[in-house]
Amino acid sequence: MLKYLLEKEFKQIMRNKFIPRMIIAMPLFMMLIMPWAANQEVTNIRLTVVDNDRSVTSDELVRKVVSSGYFIFQSVSDGSGEALRDVDAGKADIILDIPDGFEKNLQTERVSGVMISSNSVNGTKGILGSSYLSTIVNDFATSLSEEMMMSQPAALNSVGKSFTIVPQYKFNPHLDYKVFMVPAIMVMLLTMITGFLPAFNIVGEKEAGTIEQINVTPASRMQFILAKLIPYWCIGLIVFTLCMLLAVFVYSLIPVGSLLTIYLFAVVYIVAVSGMGLVVSNYSDTMQQAMFVMFFFIMMFLLMSGLLTPVASMPDWAQYITIFNPLKYFISVMRMVYLKGSGFAELVPYFLSLCGFAVVFNAWAILGYRKRS
Amino acid sequence: MPSVSVTQLSKSYSSIKALDDVSFDVPKGELFGIIGPDGAGKTTLFRLLTTLILPDSGSAVIEGLDVVKDYASVRSIIGYMPGKFSLYQDLTVEENLNFFATVFNTTVKGNYHLIEDIYKHIEPFKTRRAGKLSGGMKQKLALSCALIHKPKVLFLDEPTTGVDPVSRKEFWEMLLKLKNQGITIIVSTPYMDEARLCDRIALMQNGKFLRIDSPDNIIASYPQKLCSVTADNMHGLLNDLRSCPYLKSSFSFGACYHVTMVESATAAMLDEYLINKGYGNIEITEIKPTVEDCFMLMLKEDEQ
Repeated sequence: MLKYLLEKEFKQIMRNKFIPRMIIAMPLFMMLIMPWAANQEVTNIRLTVVDNDRSVTSDELVRKVVSSGYFIFQSVSDGSGEALRDVDAGKADIILDIPDGFEKNLQTERVSGVMISSNSVNGTKGILGSSYLSTIVNDFATSLSEEMMMSQPAALNSVGKSFTIVPQYKFNPHLDYKVFMVPAIMVMLLTMITGFLPAFNIVGEKEAGTIEQINVTPASRMQFILAKLIPYWCIGLIVFTLCMLLAVFVYSLIPVGSLLTIYLFAVVYIVAVSGMGLVVSNYSDTMQQAMFVMFFFIMMFLLMSGLLTPVASMPDWAQYITIFNPLKYFISVMRMVYLKGSGFAELVPYFLSLCGFAVVFNAWAILGYRKRS
Repeated sequence: MPSVSVTQLSKSYSSIKALDDVSFDVPKGELFGIIGPDGAGKTTLFRLLTTLILPDSGSAVIEGLDVVKDYASVRSIIGYMPGKFSLYQDLTVEENLNFFATVFNTTVKGNYHLIEDIYKHIEPFKTRRAGKLSGGMKQKLALSCALIHKPKVLFLDEPTTGVDPVSRKEFWEMLLKLKNQGITIIVSTPYMDEARLCDRIALMQNGKFLRIDSPDNIIASYPQKLCSVTADNMHGLLNDLRSCPYLKSSFSFGACYHVTMVESATAAMLDEYLINKGYGNIEITEIKPTVEDCFMLMLKEDEQ
């Protein structure tokens, strides 16, 4: 029985003009475009320099900042007022203000300062921009004092001890945002294909009235639903595999951890989200209702999953909400296995949570569906 | 044992009584018609009998099987054709038929003799998608699919609504053939001419059966003299007829009005009344009542 129902489903999916193309196009676009676009590395910061000193040292500093590559050098302004006007006009994001007597102070008092002002309308850009800029200025200061020490060994004592902090970013040494995004995008895709599509398909049969015709046949509801889910499970796993291959070839991203762990989690996750889809399909009579409910959940789940902003930086109450977000667990797992190489033993709590979701959603779906009104 | 036996079946949707204490029996091999306006409760009755919904109270037994307790076994001995076309539009004619045959654990070949007469009309289009068929062909395909597992009882919910007159006629010829093969058929229709073709009909209104009888008996029991009236100004005529003291009832019937007269009145008296009102070309003819006349009368009595 199940065989015939499955045969029918596959026939219908393949015959649909839209779905098969979408199933190929969606992962391609998401995998090829999203990691580049959804990028929180900040480059292209427009810099305006106010050089009141116009000395050799200030010139060197400006050259060093400009050549760092993080900034787009906008202009050298004559005064702070003019530079601020540039910010107002949206022509500059950050101002480096070198005071008059910068070089002279350095030589006589060995101390001098610069002012960094950043436009924080775009918070990340402002904060990261000023921290990049201060790092460069610090570098410059360090190399300057080393130079002085060499030329004037007598001054050695007066400089005192100094620290240099060299941060080492573990698991993603270059802080490449793409490496971080790709595993999460795979989760998103899997959610859409195995959670949404079968649910919409069932609601579609309700809307067309064909479900009535199936309900008067000896085919049981379980068989009917399994026949709806299995094709999308297969498609989901194929697309998932395709994404992993794309990750290897496009981003040279190979999971550090085991593939087996990834697939095991993927299977449990698929069961959980398709259960969620079934619950939604139980309560919706029209495609419009189902779409809207799904849209609501997916927006919440994505924004609260740590996909874009870390869960740890959310307020406490929001962090409690994320406990009920299956996406959060699988995205964390994917990132941990992909970047850190976490083994199954370390991921047991995540595994149990996902199993919990799978059980709850599917039980809810079955209990809700049994009832004949 | 009757093929279908319904006892005091009731079903409500919130405050609306869709089906109110309905009881009837249909013997094996009968063509049983259910006639009633939209919203009378016909579809609710069908959905209860085909195990799609549960009754609030009462019971229904089909071929000895209870529709609530034995719903799984009921499903394999009934064929159901819902009012709305509900086959897979994206599958072809042939694929739909094969699909429904296989889910009923049978093959198209095995029961081809049952559907042959119907299916041969659509066989030339068997590679066409069901969604692209005309209305009449869709109905024939739906009937084929409902018949392919050789059901003992066939439920047809308004099978000819929206179908052209030629296809309607063909469709009913097929139903009569199926009846002759011993299949019990319960069919609902809003067309009174089709009601005439049933062995027995039930007139339904507001979730209740007003009367169950053969069409001939229903017509024979029409208690009054019935006349058809036409005149030159049909537009104002109905209002004048309704205010005429000689008439009990009047309603439009195609291109003329059907009226029933009080005992003491005659056609001549009505003629005179209408002449006084200024009508010309008056024609009053006594006619034999149809099922529709009986139905209109019963509805009126029910309302009072």
